[in-house]
Amino acid sequence: MSVLELRSISKVFGRGAAEVQALRDISMSVPAGMMVAVMGPSGSGKSSLLTIAGTLEEPTSGAVLINGQDVERMSNGAKARVRRRTIGYVFQDFNLLPGLTAAENVSLPLELDGMSARRAHLAGLKALEDLGLGDQARRFPDQLSGGERQRVAIARAVVGERSLLLADEPSGALDSANGESVMRLIHTYCKRGTAAVVVTHDAQLASWADRVVFLRDGRVVDQTMPPAGPESLLEQPS
Amino acid sequence: MSVRHALLALLSEGPKYGLQLREEFEVRTGEVWPLNVGQVYTTLQRLERDGLVETANGDTPVEHDALGALPGAPQKAFRITPAGSAELDQWLRVPPDLSSPPRDELVMKVLVAITVPGTDVHEIIQAHRTYLVQLMQEWTRLKEDEDGSDLAFSLVVDAELFRLDSVVRWLDAADGRLRRAKADGWAPARTAQATMPALARRRRIGARQQ
Repeated sequence: MSVLELRSISKVFGRGAAEVQALRDISMSVPAGMMVAVMGPSGSGKSSLLTIAGTLEEPTSGAVLINGQDVERMSNGAKARVRRRTIGYVFQDFNLLPGLTAAENVSLPLELDGMSARRAHLAGLKALEDLGLGDQARRFPDQLSGGERQRVAIARAVVGERSLLLADEPSGALDSANGESVMRLIHTYCKRGTAAVVVTHDAQLASWADRVVFLRDGRVVDQTMPPAGPESLLEQPS
Repeated sequence: MSVRHALLALLSEGPKYGLQLREEFEVRTGEVWPLNVGQVYTTLQRLERDGLVETANGDTPVEHDALGALPGAPQKAFRITPAGSAELDQWLRVPPDLSSPPRDELVMKVLVAITVPGTDVHEIIQAHRTYLVQLMQEWTRLKEDEDGSDLAFSLVVDAELFRLDSVVRWLDAADGRLRRAKADGWAPARTAQATMPALARRRRIGARQQ
């Protein structure tokens, strides 16, 4: 069973002459442990795809299944629980709350989900320590570098063992070394069993994914085959 | 890749045997460029002929290590000459010739695709883009388990990823430029006439800089 399944998703914004078809008949299946990158020019529908996959927006037609459950058939309460417990979101501009420390930012979703403040705090600290940010736990976002802020945002997205990570240009605001470490991190979580969909326009970052899907005018126009393995590169003569 | 200068660089550290040079070359280049031993000896002969290396005398200590000589085989060690050091220094400082545009097959394919009637150039661009990103995925797999301790290897993989990335970016730019041109009423028939003077100008620029 896939963690995320999109069945013939279409999305139309506006009506009549102002109608824009953002997504057209998109189907995609992301099993546990797989990292999928979605590439495409601006306006190709990448971000719409992510917000629909994240249940933040509803498709005009088609179905979104999270861990086999059709989102459309869920109550609002059940949808909210899926957003809190199953899906982690990472955004380009980090979206950390400036008045909270790194540890508080990470533990907040757990507290919102009903966990005691103490347990949530410990879980948040552990998530930060896993990412080498234990020393930064008491710092506020404006006391952290861009790379550190994004790692805190990733800690917040994965805390509580969520099974689906959705990231929209997660390294868009970072230099290439920090961008790479963010992708390496998402890739590591996927190897541990998380499913991830990462939207990016950067081919170097997309190449961390197991599968790269190319979007154009709201359609999937192509995707990469599973990697052949690195050995094939080293067999070429100089 | 200049094997000649890579061997000079290795010999600048001290006298070495041919086999040792081959092994060290492969290690230093992240084992991405295999080198056969025949190539090493041919290059060493040429370097010796040109006075850039010389056979090390018996009194010159040659650093032995696990990668060194075949047991029992007659060994000939080489060392760099002052002329060899000067040549190496000169080579490191002189930029490679990038002034004239290379005859890039992919660029040619796209240029041709826009003139062939009934060809969907965007589909062709996408096919190349997919292939290149797939290749980048394979290179990225190589650095996936690498903790960065093999610096030469990391540099080589980065170089290859940046090179492929630049081609993908060019394809993206070409794709966008073609779409905008079509929206502005561009038609393939005019391409040939329009392209020629521009290319001729570029060739002149290349010729001037050589």
